[in-house]
Amino acid sequence: MSADVELDRITVRFGQFTAVSEASLKIAGGEFFSFLGPSGCGKTTILRTVSGFLDPSEGAVRIAGKDMTGIGANKRPTALIFQNLALFPLMTVAENITYGLRVRGMNKTDRRRRAEDLLNLIALPRQGDKLVSELSGGQKQRVAIARALAVEPQVLLLDEPLSALDLKLRQHMRNELRAIQQRVGITFIYITHDQGEALTMSDLIAVMNQGIIEQVADGRTVYDAPGTAFVASFVGENNPFPGRIIKADKAGAVVETAFGPLRGRNPQNLKAGAPAILFVRPESLKLGKGEKDTTITSSVLNVAFEGNASHVFLKGAGKKDITLTVGRLESAKLPEQGITAAVSYDADLGLVLPEGKLARE
Amino acid sequence: MSRLLVYLIPFLVIAIFMAMARYERRFAHDPTHRGFFERNGTVLGIVFIALVAFWTLFLVVLPYLYMVQESFHPKLVAADRGGPKDLLTLEQYRSFFIQPSDGSVNGTHIWAFGFSLVVSAAVTSLNFAICYPLAYYMAQAGSVQKVRLLMLGLIVPYWVNEILRAFSLRLMLASKGLINQILMGLGITDGPVDFLGNNVGLYVGLSYAYLLVMVFPLYNAVESLDKNQIEAARDLGAPWWRIHKDVVMPYAKPGIASGCTMVFMLSAGSLAAPQFLGGPKTLWFTSIVYDFFFQAFNWPRGAAYAFLLLAACIALVMLMLRLFKVSLGETIK
Repeated sequence: MSADVELDRITVRFGQFTAVSEASLKIAGGEFFSFLGPSGCGKTTILRTVSGFLDPSEGAVRIAGKDMTGIGANKRPTALIFQNLALFPLMTVAENITYGLRVRGMNKTDRRRRAEDLLNLIALPRQGDKLVSELSGGQKQRVAIARALAVEPQVLLLDEPLSALDLKLRQHMRNELRAIQQRVGITFIYITHDQGEALTMSDLIAVMNQGIIEQVADGRTVYDAPGTAFVASFVGENNPFPGRIIKADKAGAVVETAFGPLRGRNPQNLKAGAPAILFVRPESLKLGKGEKDTTITSSVLNVAFEGNASHVFLKGAGKKDITLTVGRLESAKLPEQGITAAVSYDADLGLVLPEGKLARE
Repeated sequence: MSRLLVYLIPFLVIAIFMAMARYERRFAHDPTHRGFFERNGTVLGIVFIALVAFWTLFLVVLPYLYMVQESFHPKLVAADRGGPKDLLTLEQYRSFFIQPSDGSVNGTHIWAFGFSLVVSAAVTSLNFAICYPLAYYMAQAGSVQKVRLLMLGLIVPYWVNEILRAFSLRLMLASKGLINQILMGLGITDGPVDFLGNNVGLYVGLSYAYLLVMVFPLYNAVESLDKNQIEAARDLGAPWWRIHKDVVMPYAKPGIASGCTMVFMLSAGSLAAPQFLGGPKTLWFTSIVYDFFFQAFNWPRGAAYAFLLLAACIALVMLMLRLFKVSLGETIK
């Protein structure tokens, strides 16, 4: 059974420091929901608040409509998978998996059977008698998932559980996590700073920065139509061109930037005169001149070949370079280092957003 | 003859050390590994061996060996030592069970022996019950400043010497002492409670005397436990006592074993606390040993009694370690 989770204006303070401020959102039952943000953005605090290890200073968490205030972590219908997994080193794999059932008083034979079911679910059949230390990283990961699922939680909370794994295994586990979630059908709340994880697995993503939820949307929307400058710069690569709007019409807005006036979509209907940032993604830029207000001219600093794609770095206005990604098929036309090159984009692929904090590099 | 053997043993031990150094050089599997003398040079190597040998021999091995052989000799005046009457005998050990004077069972001493061991075990349990929550708080729950303050509060009283500590405790617990005054003042008891006579003073004194010996091994063991383990157990639905039983205590088992072993051994062998805080009828086994050495000047019998106590303590500790499935190596980590 899955439950919906509601955060109702949650604020969490540690002394003077506000870790999460007025976070409100609704997570539907059975959803794979991710909190994405840089470290220290408050996403783990939210997770600990939902699991019951932290009490919010203000606001309430509701799970399946029930207010969780005053209900301890051991009484909530949630299960948490820790970043370092926190498997019990002195117990066997089966004992780890069935620990939650043992404290609920399930007898030994039932536990044994349940352990075997779960071991099958995580593709580790008949490995119950092994010690945790005998397992590989990926296997430990799966045991941690099984241990959490054993108590049949309505909500599974995952705190960057893949961060300790190497790249290949991480990608494999993404698919596996998603598959497990679809099989068991419960609500997953996933914490990560890795946008790849969030984008591939989630139904919905909440992007957080400095204790504030910046945007809640599905992965495609977060990437294609970020709501704030932070989201635009944090999720995926992006080239920001800060400036002031000089013209706003139905087709979009023109921002006066260090590279002259540049045009882009204006989904938030910003008015002329407003400070704004025009974002163009590296893959939206192409070599060669285009329209006057979609062309950027600068000197080529570096060209990096990366197999399936190449990156061209142009000198930007500030410290950050302008990045341009060129696909394999167009790589013959790559410019030489040191020359001045013109690059352009489709006006539809430029995005004008109100001025705001950018993600740190 | 047996005394001669004792004096030969030092040379034997030195020979063993030398052999070990040679062995290491010859059988080192790592070809880049250099032997003991190569690493330290011949002169320094010999100095090291001599120092270690001196330490182990003169401070550890020899005194005990001397006592062991003493315990197998009869009590003799100085003139008879080494003479025809100086034979090896089990007489001293036998005297623990059967009175040499009238052949009856030596009930007093056997009782004192059992009493000391049982009380030491009880004190160990009491100490554990006090120290485990304390150590857990210091290692996992408390804030840094509070833990520092608590540690100070634990350590500083131990700067006060043992005798002063024991006597002030005696003053507190005496029939006209502070605690009885308070109890009677509050009307909880009508007359004074004989804390010293019924050995409450002894239990309190012994528990307090070895508090640190229990706290620190426990603290060390609990401190390295990952907090997430505790939270994981809680998240899976475990109430607090189960978390301790299933997660914290198994993890801290080596520290628990180490603390309990030390407290037990030290209590069983303690002298001051039982003498100052025990009731008038209480006979602690080490007091008997002490009396044989310094009152009766019967060193052989005192030595035999001391070794009986040591053997019993070691046997009990080994039994407990086995019961709780802790290896001896783990307890000294």
